[in-house]
This record gives sequence, structure tokens and C-alpha cells, in this order.
Amino acid sequence: MRKLWEFVIEKVVLICGLASILFVVLIFLFLLREGLSVFKTVSPGAFLAGKSWYPISEPPQLGILPLVLGSLVVTIGAAIISIPIGVGCAIYIAEIAPQRLKEILKAGIELLAAIPSVVLGFIGMVTLVPLVKNLFDLPTGLTALSGSIMLAFMAMPTIVSIAEDALYSVPKAYKEGALAMGATHWQAIWRVMLRAASSGILAAIMLGIGRVIGETMAVMMITGNAAVIPHSLFVPVRTLTATIAAEMGEAVIGSEHYFALFAVGIVLFIISFAVNVTADLFLHKRQ
Amino acid sequence: MSHPYRAQKIAFAFLLLATLVILVSVGFVVVVIVQKGAPAVNWQFLSDIPRQGMRAGGIFPAIVGTAYLVAGAIVFALPIGLLAAIYLSEYAKDNALTRIIKLAIVNLAGVPSVVYGLFGLALFVVFFKFGVSILSGSLTLGIMILPLIITASRESLESVPQSFREVSLSLGASKWQTIQHIVLPNAIPGILTGTILGVGRAAGETAPILFTVAAFYLPQLPGSIFDQVMALPYHLYVISTQVPNVDEKIRYGTAFVLLALVLFVNLVAIVIRYKFRMKKKW
Repeated sequence: MRKLWEFVIEKVVLICGLASILFVVLIFLFLLREGLSVFKTVSPGAFLAGKSWYPISEPPQLGILPLVLGSLVVTIGAAIISIPIGVGCAIYIAEIAPQRLKEILKAGIELLAAIPSVVLGFIGMVTLVPLVKNLFDLPTGLTALSGSIMLAFMAMPTIVSIAEDALYSVPKAYKEGALAMGATHWQAIWRVMLRAASSGILAAIMLGIGRVIGETMAVMMITGNAAVIPHSLFVPVRTLTATIAAEMGEAVIGSEHYFALFAVGIVLFIISFAVNVTADLFLHKRQ
Repeated sequence: MSHPYRAQKIAFAFLLLATLVILVSVGFVVVVIVQKGAPAVNWQFLSDIPRQGMRAGGIFPAIVGTAYLVAGAIVFALPIGLLAAIYLSEYAKDNALTRIIKLAIVNLAGVPSVVYGLFGLALFVVFFKFGVSILSGSLTLGIMILPLIITASRESLESVPQSFREVSLSLGASKWQTIQHIVLPNAIPGILTGTILGVGRAAGETAPILFTVAAFYLPQLPGSIFDQVMALPYHLYVISTQVPNVDEKIRYGTAFVLLALVLFVNLVAIVIRYKFRMKKKW
């Protein structure tokens, strides 16, 4: 009887362990199931490289290039802001801050990670957007730049915590060796520790950027949602995520628009899959 | 002062600046919301239904809706997540399958929240015909917080010293008895922390509930799990972007309630973790 119970438990536990795989596969299958239908009306090439996104015109024009570029512009902007600041903060926490301050700083970063994205979007709308509008004298502050700044902060917790981990796990002997050779603390950080932790820091940056690409609510609330090909940081853009969130509510189930939004979801899923798998490889290389 | 030390001074100043930029921004967000939101919140705001097209009244249905959704998500995700963590920590061998499971968890954690929304729409709302309902929304949120619960629980289980298990096994206890009576009780605080963080995450997310449950305006409480509900994060989105001329006080008040809820939940998790670390016997 007890043997049977142990056997049952073991199987139940195994099934729950496999649930994660099941869910990832299910997500992908259901995105494909709904999304691939769009290629009956538009070829994959025209879908990815098409320059106009007018999903409810007759016939619908379903080119996601403006959305891809919108995501790209916002992401590059966010990366430029968040990488130096995030890695800098990680070095400060790992190497320079005294123990007590370290705990406070980490709590502050955790606090930032906990703030819901819709709250950050709201605050961005009422503070950042008017600021950008006045500072650069623009017709509207709902621009790619506002989105980049906001997303840079949303990427910070990921970048800081993983990069800090990577720096922390560099063997102490590396740093001591550098210091013993007469290097300053900064030289030891710059020439030894950063190199030794480089794959972990790279993973941190990738995961941070993955978070930026997938972020939805804040970006939808402050980038202005214009589905046109952006030519600078100072114009409204619409990202892949915001397109799904803004339009799915109105898309009729089973329409071409509905299928197209799922196809956008496939693109997002593949991007996040690639980012996460690569980052995971980098993280394991370190160990 | 020689050159290397000047370089160090400049570099450290930059690092401090970077840290301050982040900290000051976090402080700014919290202070603005508390300053402008707290005065708008009173008993009537918390307990009344929205009135006049959400331009007056309170946010009670949204609070209740979020409570239902979070409860549903936890009921679904906690058992599966905990058992999955037990599998990974106690049963799994170091082989390809385990590696794939871990990779799947990492990927699940990285899927964009709006893609969860699409998935919930396709699987629960359309395929299983649950409709736009609490059930669909809770299940979607549950799958979204699953990786968080698995990761936290697994770390907690793995931090229980191996010798505890060995002693129990050597006394003749079976594997499951050991897990049930020795490993789990010692891992509870960590599991609790993970679960609470899951609550905070589920309460604050908007994109996964957009098409699976959230009602634009529904000034009544749900009667069953097949009903739609309002939810706090979606309500904040609606009154800040979709409805014109909403009083600032109501927007800030709603943002304050949501932020306070999420931060309170996180604070509880931090306190539990801290107390546990103090009491740890090994």
C-alpha cells in the first residue's frame, strides 16, 4: 500500500514538473493555430515587410513593418539608456556600497520591479509626457523617446539584479590578485571583474531587453500609438505589443484582423524565446 | 594625485550617479502617487461603485474583481507550482529532461504578458468556451505566475540541508514521508514568499486580463466564475486613457490603491523572508 502511494506521488509530481513544458508548447501551438490563418490572405513576406498596417480597411492591409520598427526604435532607445545606468548601478551595489546601504539599494530596486506597469504608464502620462513635449518643443509628448525612457526604467531591475549576481560570483581571488599587483580598485573592476563577469552581464542585458520588447501597458499609454514607420525618436510610434493590446478588443473573432494579431503574437513569442534561450546559454557558460 | 586615482574617482562618481538616477526615479513615482492619491482615498471611494460613467463614485467592484482573479490564479498555480518544485528539487535527475523543464520555466517567465492574453483568449475563452470570465482570466494569470512560484519554491526546498533528508531516510521514513514531514515544513517560509510575490504580480498585471476577463464598466459584483469583472489595473488604464474628463483625484486615487496593494503584498513577503533568515537553524 505504501509502495503504491509512493509510486502515485512520484508520478503526480512528475506530471506537475512537466506542466511547464506543456504550457510553453500549448502557448506556441495556440498562437500558431490562430495566427497561421492570416497567411491565407497575405504572404509571410508581405506580412513581415509590408509597410502599411490598416487592419480594418477593405481589403485589410496587414504589413507589420511599422510595428516592428516601432518596437525596434523604442527598444534601442531604452537599451542606450538602461545599459550604462543599469550596469553602473550593479557595479556600485556589488563593489562599492557598504553592506547596509547595499540592502537598502537592493530593496529599492525590488520596489521598482514590483510597481505594476499600468501605474508606471499612468505616471509617465502625467509627468514624463508633458516634460518631453516642453523640453523638445514637440506637438505631442507621446513619442518613442518617452517610451524609451520609461522602458529603460522597467528594464533596470532585471539588468541590475542579474549583473550584480554575475559580479558577485566572480572568485574573490581574481580581484585580490589584481589589487596585489598594484591596480586601483577601479582598475581591478574594469580590467578584471567586468571581463570575468562578462557572460553574466551580457545575459542580464539580454533579459532586460527581452523585458522591454515584451512590455505592453506602459508603452501603449505613452508612445502615442501611431502605426507609421518612425523616422526619429521624437514621433509617436506603435509597438508590436501595444498593437495587440489596443486592437484585440475590437477584432472580431475569426476575422483576418484577429488572425493577424495572433501572428504578431507569434513574432513576439519567437523573439522572447530566442532571447531567453540565448541568455540562458550565457548564464550557464559562466558556471 | 596620479592618473589612475583620478580615473577611479571619476568612475566611482559615475557609478554613484547611475544608482541615484534609479533610486530617485523610484522615489519620485512613489511620492507623487502617495501625495496626490492618498487624499483621494476614503471609505466611500473604496466601498462605492463607479458612477456617472466612472467620473464619480468609487472603485469597489474593481477591488473585488482583482481579489477574485488573484485568488483564482493562486488556487490554480500554487499546487502545480509547488509539486513541480518538489519534482525538480527532490526527484529529478541531472538529465536532458530536467534541463528542458528548466528551460521551459525560463521561457514561461519571459513570455510577454500580452502574449499570455492572446493565449488565454485562444485556449480558455474560445477553445474551451469558458467565455470572457473570471475562470479564463484566473487560469491565464495562474499560468503567468507559475514560473515565479516554481522558482521560489524550488530554491527554498533546495536550501534545506541534505543531512535532514539523510537522517529521516535512515530512520526508515519513505521518500515522500521525508518530503512531507521534514523538507516541506522547513521550506514553508520560502514557498510562502514566492506565493505572495505571485499574488502581487497577478494583482498588478493588465495585459493578460484585457481579453480574458476584464470588463470596461460593470457596476455590480460577479455572481459566478463565468461572469466578467472589473479589475483594478484595467480600471486605471480605462480611466486614464479611454474615458475623457475623469477627475484627476479618481485617477490618482485608483493608482494609489493599486500601488499600495502591490507594495503591501511585497512588504509582507520581504518581512517573512527577513524573519526566516534570522531564525534559520542551519
